[in-house]
Amino acid sequence: MEIIMAFVIGILFMSATYLMLSKSLLRIIVGTGLLSHGAHLLILTMGGLKRGTVPLLGENASSYTDPIPQALILTAIVISFGVTAFFLVLAYRAYQEIGTDNIERMRGNEGND
Amino acid sequence: MKEMINFLILPIVIPFLTGILLIFFAKYVPIQRGIAGISALLNIIVSAMLVNKVHHEGIQTLNVSSWQAPFGITLVSDMLSALLVLTTSIIVFACVIYSFKSIKPEQERYYFYSAMNFLALGVIGAFTTGDIFNLFVFFEVLLMSSYVLLVHGGTKIQLRESLKYILVNVISSALFVITVAYLYSVVGTLNMAHISVRLSELGQSGIITVIAVLFLIVFGLKGAIFPLFFWLPGSYYAPPAPVMALFGALLTKVGVYSIIRTYTLFFLQDTGYTHQLLGILAIITIIVGVIGAIAYSDVKMIIIYNIIVAVGVILFGVAVMEPESLTGSVFYLIHDMIVKAALFLLVGIMISIAGTSNLRKISGLIKRYPGLGWTFFIAALVLAGIPPFSGFVGKVLIVQGGFIGEHFWGAGIVLISSLLVLFSIMKIFINGFWGTPQSYKGEEMVPVRKLLAAPVILVSISVLYGAGSEFVYPYISQAAETLANPSIYIDAVLKE
Repeated sequence: MEIIMAFVIGILFMSATYLMLSKSLLRIIVGTGLLSHGAHLLILTMGGLKRGTVPLLGENASSYTDPIPQALILTAIVISFGVTAFFLVLAYRAYQEIGTDNIERMRGNEGND
Repeated sequence: MKEMINFLILPIVIPFLTGILLIFFAKYVPIQRGIAGISALLNIIVSAMLVNKVHHEGIQTLNVSSWQAPFGITLVSDMLSALLVLTTSIIVFACVIYSFKSIKPEQERYYFYSAMNFLALGVIGAFTTGDIFNLFVFFEVLLMSSYVLLVHGGTKIQLRESLKYILVNVISSALFVITVAYLYSVVGTLNMAHISVRLSELGQSGIITVIAVLFLIVFGLKGAIFPLFFWLPGSYYAPPAPVMALFGALLTKVGVYSIIRTYTLFFLQDTGYTHQLLGILAIITIIVGVIGAIAYSDVKMIIIYNIIVAVGVILFGVAVMEPESLTGSVFYLIHDMIVKAALFLLVGIMISIAGTSNLRKISGLIKRYPGLGWTFFIAALVLAGIPPFSGFVGKVLIVQGGFIGEHFWGAGIVLISSLLVLFSIMKIFINGFWGTPQSYKGEEMVPVRKLLAAPVILVSISVLYGAGSEFVYPYISQAAETLANPSIYIDAVLKE
């Protein structure tokens, strides 16, 4: 199971990198979304994929799942949700203001702003 | 007194509550200013009390929700974190009172001070937490506020640079999560003291070195070390002066602090590799920073590249890992936060007078604005580390540690760099303040005297910090002692 997850995570990172290297802002944002998905799955896998009962509530089971990675993922998901929402709004505003969503045209330095 | 064990959370709670409160008063600018100013002042007093408490009673810890130490989130105030919290509060106060006169009321109405308070919350939280995942959460809090502050005002350059800044930080946050996941799979804990114990039990192994380098990448992106500083000059160039001061003084230093914390507490098994890597990168960072600082003739850019130089100097002291150099690094870290904030605010005044940041178009400011000129001159001397100012003491200790640890090359480059830093900053003084006075369009509108209050406060603190280093030294050496002996930190957190 861990092997499959490793492949899934790898493919997610790969697609995320590909998307983030493109010029369109929207693709870049989708890329950041995929990147954080990959990271979240990685936390889950790193905690160990095993079947067991709920921790703390039952006392007689032979194995328990580790609650920490799940708590971490929950936190990380909420944060990446917030950041993605902000990023989307900012991209829209930047599109209105600058008139392009092409990141190549957003280069620039002190000279041309 | 039982309630006093919660004392170390107060500097986090005050900006948090202030930030929320300010949202409700968003449309009433005078009330906002009052609340923001008073709460920032209150936070200085509370943090100063915290420093005093840590000095007398040792490391303070708080197990949040009473979960015992390795299981729940623990907040830890050792001397380093308490001192940094105090410095942060002072800088936030200065930037808040500077904003009263420099940010337009239309902008102040749109949650400017709330964002500032949430930024302070994130920075102070990151300095205080003793849990590696909680560090990530506080990083996100401060990043989110920094996104808001960076784009606040909505000019083209701000929008453009915010997009890049957010992208860089989203990637580095994902890397942070990944690194924490690796670390968790190796040690099975998130409490920093507990991680340190588990890692020392495991001994040297390849995966730990990988994690160490990953952490260096994650925090290096925040702290702008070579070769990860590429995003910094563009992003810090965009926002108005008080935001620039907050970013320059606080955000990179959170990255530096995190490197100091992890490299003195976690990764002590394979220092031959990890710390040497850190040392080499620190030296290259200094060189690149100095080249940038000399090459540009734009006042903002010169100060921005000086941030990078300072990051290199501090991290060189950490990489050497001698007690002297660690003391020097802590001393220099605090010195640099204060003086960088002051310089950014001063440069902000220069720019609002002249209407440009191009040094070639500014001259003769000292004739009309002697107060500004002399404050800048003192700040420049402090930055370059001319004795008896504070940069000198820190650099002496770092170089001394470098010689003891036989890193002669590195120590030499630190010494040469301070000369070039002096040159770069004197370039601003000679070109901008000397020469024939000009008149600039709209300069009468700039309330220079009122704006000058905040940088004068910071520069005076900085001068006192250097002149009174005899008085400050016990505090600094207490902070460095904890860094040199992680067992003090571990025992304080995992006490039975």
